[in-house]
Amino acid sequence: MSPTPTTGVQVLSRGVWRENPVFVQLLGLCPALAVTNTVANSLAMGLATFFVLLGSSVLVSVAKDWIPKQVRISAYILVIATFVTIADLVLAAVVPDIHKALGAFIALIVVNCMILGRQEAFASKNPVGRAVLDAVGTGAGFIVALVAIGGFREVLGYGSFLGVPLLGPAFEPWVVMILPAGGFFTLGFILLGFGWWEARRANSVRPRRWMNEATVTVEAPR
Amino acid sequence: MTDLLWILVSAMLVNNFTLVLFLGLCPFLGVSARVSTALRMGLANIFVLTITSVTASFLNAFILPFAPYLRLISFIVVIASLVQITEMAIKKLSPTLFRELGIFLPLITTNCAILGLAIFQTNRGYGFVEGLFFALGAGLGLTLALVLMASIRETTELADVPSMARGMGLVLILAGSLSLAFMGFAGLFTV
Repeated sequence: MSPTPTTGVQVLSRGVWRENPVFVQLLGLCPALAVTNTVANSLAMGLATFFVLLGSSVLVSVAKDWIPKQVRISAYILVIATFVTIADLVLAAVVPDIHKALGAFIALIVVNCMILGRQEAFASKNPVGRAVLDAVGTGAGFIVALVAIGGFREVLGYGSFLGVPLLGPAFEPWVVMILPAGGFFTLGFILLGFGWWEARRANSVRPRRWMNEATVTVEAPR
Repeated sequence: MTDLLWILVSAMLVNNFTLVLFLGLCPFLGVSARVSTALRMGLANIFVLTITSVTASFLNAFILPFAPYLRLISFIVVIASLVQITEMAIKKLSPTLFRELGIFLPLITTNCAILGLAIFQTNRGYGFVEGLFFALGAGLGLTLALVLMASIRETTELADVPSMARGMGLVLILAGSLSLAFMGFAGLFTV
């Protein structure tokens, strides 16, 4: 983690870019790759996650003094699962088509490690106002990442953006972009792009954060 | 019997949890640097998936008809506590197995493959036996994907890749190629 931001603006902005949950921290990858074959699906998924993150952060931040330390993770999961159930039912009632397209992945927002991560790292230690800013910033960063991946895949895979044809009838769609493999390739190339950009920047003084965090996860027991 | 085998092979290859359905990417990217680690993670996954499947069948049959909106909450709570209890039991009964699976067990609880399995099983209306085969297939598929990925990564570790590709970018593109290869299984069955 970077040095603790002091102003509200910093709390808000770092989630969008500098600590973007998908591109930088590589959290919440399952939904980021699974449902991003069109922009509309990405947007719905991003908004649902945004809602769950915001709701859980507010509740956890308000209730942080009453949650015993030993069972805090279970308590966070319960809070998150409640908000996900709300989001699931609301989406099913309001936009049944998109709810069907997203399928089980709405329910799987519960195990999106980004949301649990924000509760543990931020909402449980900060007053409500800052928790809201953090949730809005991180949630917005998640939406940005999802729409970027979704846009890339929809333009190349269907030749359209948000259902509007862009590239004309002569365009031969890249079927691979709609297939699951396309999700891996898209995020892979975006990360390569970031790697190239960082490498160019003044021989990068600081190491890439996401590399450190991604490789430290688990060591085998010997 | 044919149906059960179909469920098993379909969950393992055609709809591979990791490479086709994007479930359980965190361990897939995080724990796939060594083949031995990946294998152990895979075994732990098979184990937890089986427990989950049994639990989900039980919950679906006896409790959830009365309160369907509690499905998600009860799944996650029951699965997490069951894994915790199993971990304690294994620690007591078989220290060797505990050392083998050790830290992976708690990590697996927040793996979306586990909750995904419970939800898919419910949505498709699988019964107890079908669920068991589904879980076994999913676990074997996860293990296969993990071990394949780990062996590729062990090889590329010594390769001279451009500096910008060191790290996750390369891993994701490798995963994409693997996923593409698994697409080949889509024509494996003609119903």
